[in-house]
Formats: sequence, structure tokens, C-alpha cells
Amino acid sequence: MAENILHLERLTMQFGGVTAVNDLTMDVYKDEIVALIGPNGAGKTTVFNCITGVYEPTNGSVSFCGKTIVSNRPQGKMKKLYTGEYRGEDLKIISPTPDKITKLGIARTFQNIRLFKTMTVFENVLVAKHMRARQNFLSATFRLNFKEEQRMREESLALLEEQGLLQYKDEIASNLPYGLQRRLEISRALATEPKLLMLDEPAAGMNPQETQELADFIVQIKDKYNLTVLMIEHHMDLVMKISERIYVLDFGKLIAHGTPEEVQKNQRVIDAYLGVAEDA
Amino acid sequence: MNVMNMERNGLNNKSTFSAVSEFIAKNKIGFLLIIVLYSALFILEKMMPPSSMLFVVLKKGAIYALVAVSMNLLNGFTGLFSLGQAGFMLIGSYTYAIFTIPVEDRAAVYQYFDGGIIRFTVPVFIALIMAGVAAGIFAFFIGLPVLRLKSDYLAIATLGFAEIIRAIFQWNKLGPITNGSNLLKKFPSFSSVLFPFTVAGISIALIVLLINSSYGRAFKAIRDDEIAAEAMGINLAKHKLLSFVISSFFAGVGGALLAMYQTTVQASAFKAAMTYEILLIVVIGGVGSITGSVISSFLFIACSEWWLRFLDSETYIGSFKVPLLASGFRKVVFSVVIMVIVLFYNQGIMGTREFSSEGIARFFSRIASRNRKEGA
Ligand SMILES: Nc1ncnc2c1ncn2[C@@H]1O[C@H](COP(=O)(O)OP(=O)(O)OP(=O)(O)O)[C@@H](O)[C@H]1O
Ligand SMILES: [Mg+2]
Repeated sequence: MAENILHLERLTMQFGGVTAVNDLTMDVYKDEIVALIGPNGAGKTTVFNCITGVYEPTNGSVSFCGKTIVSNRPQGKMKKLYTGEYRGEDLKIISPTPDKITKLGIARTFQNIRLFKTMTVFENVLVAKHMRARQNFLSATFRLNFKEEQRMREESLALLEEQGLLQYKDEIASNLPYGLQRRLEISRALATEPKLLMLDEPAAGMNPQETQELADFIVQIKDKYNLTVLMIEHHMDLVMKISERIYVLDFGKLIAHGTPEEVQKNQRVIDAYLGVAEDA
Repeated sequence: MNVMNMERNGLNNKSTFSAVSEFIAKNKIGFLLIIVLYSALFILEKMMPPSSMLFVVLKKGAIYALVAVSMNLLNGFTGLFSLGQAGFMLIGSYTYAIFTIPVEDRAAVYQYFDGGIIRFTVPVFIALIMAGVAAGIFAFFIGLPVLRLKSDYLAIATLGFAEIIRAIFQWNKLGPITNGSNLLKKFPSFSSVLFPFTVAGISIALIVLLINSSYGRAFKAIRDDEIAAEAMGINLAKHKLLSFVISSFFAGVGGALLAMYQTTVQASAFKAAMTYEILLIVVIGGVGSITGSVISSFLFIACSEWWLRFLDSETYIGSFKVPLLASGFRKVVFSVVIMVIVLFYNQGIMGTREFSSEGIARFFSRIASRNRKEGA
């Protein structure tokens, strides 16, 4: 088997009495495109938030490239409230902030686009370069970092050019048409130089043709930047077309996983989606 | 691709020297304006009596401009709604005063505290920096717990801090250092308007350089969307604290300038009302516009200290007493003016735009081209 990039071990996220993610174990291997699907409210976005440090999972752990990056066991109030069967009593408590996770090489996009609205397209990408810069605030103020600043600008311009966004570089991000905003959000994530790219419903609000283009685009950037991709998506044609493996969540629980063909045939998946109209 | 390559080569060959000369060339009009401004101020001071209201407005306006810009860095560019500015100004002005009162005058100033415990002085320039550093150190330790709070709570906490600091500095037990609730005086001050202009000007220039750097972009990213900023690898805690400390540093320097301008310092003067005044200046100028804060600061001070003064004095036209004009009426009018501005121009004078030398150049070239067309 290829190198393991992302491993979730019995991950549970409980909000008060609501268990959004329930005892989820999952793997993503190098160079794969893996999809995470499930009906609305299944807990997909919550999984992303647990991996990226936005939420502290209630129980379980996340490993990235073989190293445990997030791990927790029920503490405090949760000791009483926790309803899961598995308690990782021996788990260490590791709960980094999202910027630490990004620095390790995990980048993400958001279900509802979150661009820096008042900043230009160029600045949106440039900001992502800040994290890996070696300057400090004094050297930046007095422009002693101008070589580094130049490099960040060149890299950002090059990235924008590759993504076909160069002509919009001085536009305010929120003035871009919707499809380009999505593309900019992905470009911005790429600017952080990730190993793993996590996309939360990248095709939301797109028509079939745009979705088709997006599918090609994802495959293309995956090859070009040596990425592994984990994506949440409701457009089944997109999911079936480009993902190598699929995990299916329902009410926070993993109900199936496998290749697209296997998952399509799975009775539990069909039941979970029954009556749930596809958004496409 | 060709364009990109050219740009890349052009950038790579640039040395520090050519970067600096290019910077000067690009801001030619800006530098010219600064020289014109200084000459104008210099000539004005030669021509007009030093007691003229104009100088009051220019001096106080420059000081308030610095403090307003420092507040804008935090509130407008980093999106942190803090109301601690008066507290940090207090720390700055006390630090300045305490370390610059001449040794021979200390017995008189600290008459109730045996001349105080500090028996040395430092040069004015060093004391100004110390004022900023002291405010920055306080900001660091307050910021650690307080910056985790959400916006409204942050405002309340910083306001509370400023009130507490005011009380502590008047505390009798600290008298040997702060002179308790008594005035600090006899420290060096300035007479020329050029002094506050220079100190405030350099400080504001530094803030602008910071805002236009990679750190400024990170601050703006936090303002626009905290969650996305964090996902882009920006350490929220670190950057918020940095912005808070730098903002407080310059509020401290502004406080020191205010002490010099007033020639005396008393903690009781640094009330929350002072922070509100500065907040108003920022809002009127446009949250997120540096030049807006500067322009609005001079306008604000001119209105409150000068142009609306006549409203406070009873006035007779012939034997007819103009109604309403009486002590305190100025404040009423002023409040109405501010309310109108906030209600109808809630973007402020400048919005988030800036008044730049390039903008001026563009403006003039537009006029020139229009004239040419009319001539033709
Ligand atoms: N911060 C939170 N506090 C409380 N409950 C939450 C929180 N975040 C998510 N939930 C709950 O967790 C459940 C899963 O939400 P999540 O957003 O992960 O679903 P999803 O699979 O991404 O759905 P969708 O397809 O609609 O995006 C929902 O019931 C939601 O209400
Ligand atoms: Mg979701």
C-alpha cells in the first residue's frame, strides 16, 4: 500500500448531546483522491473541522504522515456527557490551533466561500505566503525583507497565472463571479504549499458544465502540485468520476467505504440517500 | 509568460540602493509635499503670534492624529474593537514625565513624597521611546488574556483596564513614582509646532510601512475573516497581540507628546471620554483609512477648540442678544454635527480609501488634460 497521509482513529465529535461524528476511522493514502459523502447534516464538515483544528474532537485522534497531530479524550463536562462506547483513556491531549495544522501541510477550502473580502485577488494569495516567510515585523516594516517579499510576490503571481487568475489580480476578491471565487479559494489554499488539500463542496452552486471543468481542474492540480485530495461533495457524477475511494457518513457514522462501484451498489448507501434529492 | 519573466529579472537585479532610490522616485510628490508643509509651518511660526489658535490646533491635531492612527491600526486594520487608548496614553505620558523632570526640580514636584525615588533623567528622545515601550509592555500582559475575548467583551475589558490604570496611577502608595493625585510638571516641553509634527509624522510613517507590509496584510486578513486567516496559517494569538502592542506603543508616544503639549500631567485627565474622542476621529475619518484619521483629527480639534468656540460666548448684535449662545452650547452643536456625520456618512470622510501623492498626481493630470481639451 502507498504511504499513509491521513489517518483518523475512532474520531468522535459531540456537541452537547448531539454526536456529529461518531467513532470514525478512515485513511487517505498518498496521491489519492478520496471523497467524503453523506446526506445533509451527516457530519462531513465537522470531520474537516476536527482535522484542521477548528474543533477539538471529543475523542480519538488524527495522524498526518504518520505523526499524531490531533488527539483528545473526553474531559471536564464531556466526561459525563460523552455517549460513545470508546474512550481513549490513554490518549494524549494534542490540540493545535488551525495555523499549526496548515503549516504542517494541510490546506482547506470552506463550504461557504471564505475569501478576504476587502482584499484584492493578488493579496488573497499573497497572505498565504506569510506563514512560511522568515521575516519578523521589524524587518518587514523597514523593508529589510525585500528579497523575501519579492519572492512571495513572484510566487503568488506565478500561481495566479497558472490558475488563470492573473488578469483579475487587482480585483477586489468579493467582486469576482462565484465560480472564480471558488477557484481563488483553491489557489489560496495551494499557496500554503500543502501535501493534503481538503475541499469542502467545491462544486456547490455550479452547473453541470462548470462541475465538469472543476473535475478536470482538481485532477490537474493534483498532478501538478503532487497533492493528495480529500473532498466533500454532493455532486455524485463528480465524485464517481474522479475519486478513487469513497467514505459515506450518515448521522455521523461511517456506513460504507470503498471504490465508487462498491459504494454505488451498497444497500445502506442507497437507503441513506433514498428520498434525499441530489443537489445536482 | 514573457511579461512575467521580464518582471522577475527586473526584480532580481535590484539592489538595496536602487530599491531605496526607486522608492524615493515613486514618492516624489509625497516628499515634495512634506518639504512644502515644513517650510509653510516654519514661515507661519515666524509670521504669526505664537498664541494664535492655529498653532493650538496644529499641535494638538498632530498628537491626536498619531493616537487616532494607532487606534485605527487596531480597530480598522486588525478588526479588534479596543477602547484602551486613553489608558495607554496615560502610561506613555507618565513614563515620559517621570523620567524627564530635571533632578533639581524633583524636590518641588514631589513635595509630598520627599522628591520621589527616581533621581536621574534621560534625554527627551529616549524618554519618548520609553513611553512607547512602557505602554507596549502593559499591552503585552493585558493582551495575553484579553485578546481571546470576542469583540464586545474586548471593548469592555480594555475600557475597564484604562479606568483601573487611571485609579492606580493616582494611588497614594505609588506617590514616590507617580506623585499620587498631584500634578507632574517641569519636564521638558516643546514650543515649535515642528516638534509634534516630526514625531507624529515619523510614527505615522512607521505605522503605514507596517500596514503595507506582509504583516499588514495578515492583519487585514484577520479583520476580514478570522477563520480563513487561521486556515491560511496566520497565528491569530500572535498577530493580534503584535497589533495590540504596536498600537499601544504609539498611543504611549502620543501620550508623551500630549504631556509635552500640556506641560503638566495628571492621571485624572485620561478619562474614557478621551478614548471616545479618538474613536470619533477614527470613525469620522473612515475606519481603515490612515489619511482619513489624520485629516479628521485636525478637523475635529479645529472644531472643538476653535471654530465652534463662539457658540459658547454670549453675543450681542447691537443690543440684541443672540439666543442659545451660552456656555456649553458648543458641545450641543458639536454632538449634533457628529451625529449627522455618523448617521449619513457612516463610511467617514475617506471610507477605506487613502489620500496619496499618486492620487494627487492623477487629479492634477486629469485637470491638465481637461484644460488641454478645452483649449483645443
Ligand atoms: N459548532 C456546532 N455546534 C453544535 N452543533 C454543530 C456544530 N457544528 C455542527 N453541528 C451539528 O453537527 C451536525 C453535522 O453538521 P455538519 O456541518 O458537519 O454536516 P455536513 O455533513 O457538513 O452537512 P452539509 O452537507 O449540510 O454541509 C449537524 O447536526 C449540525 O447541526
Ligand atoms: Mg458541510
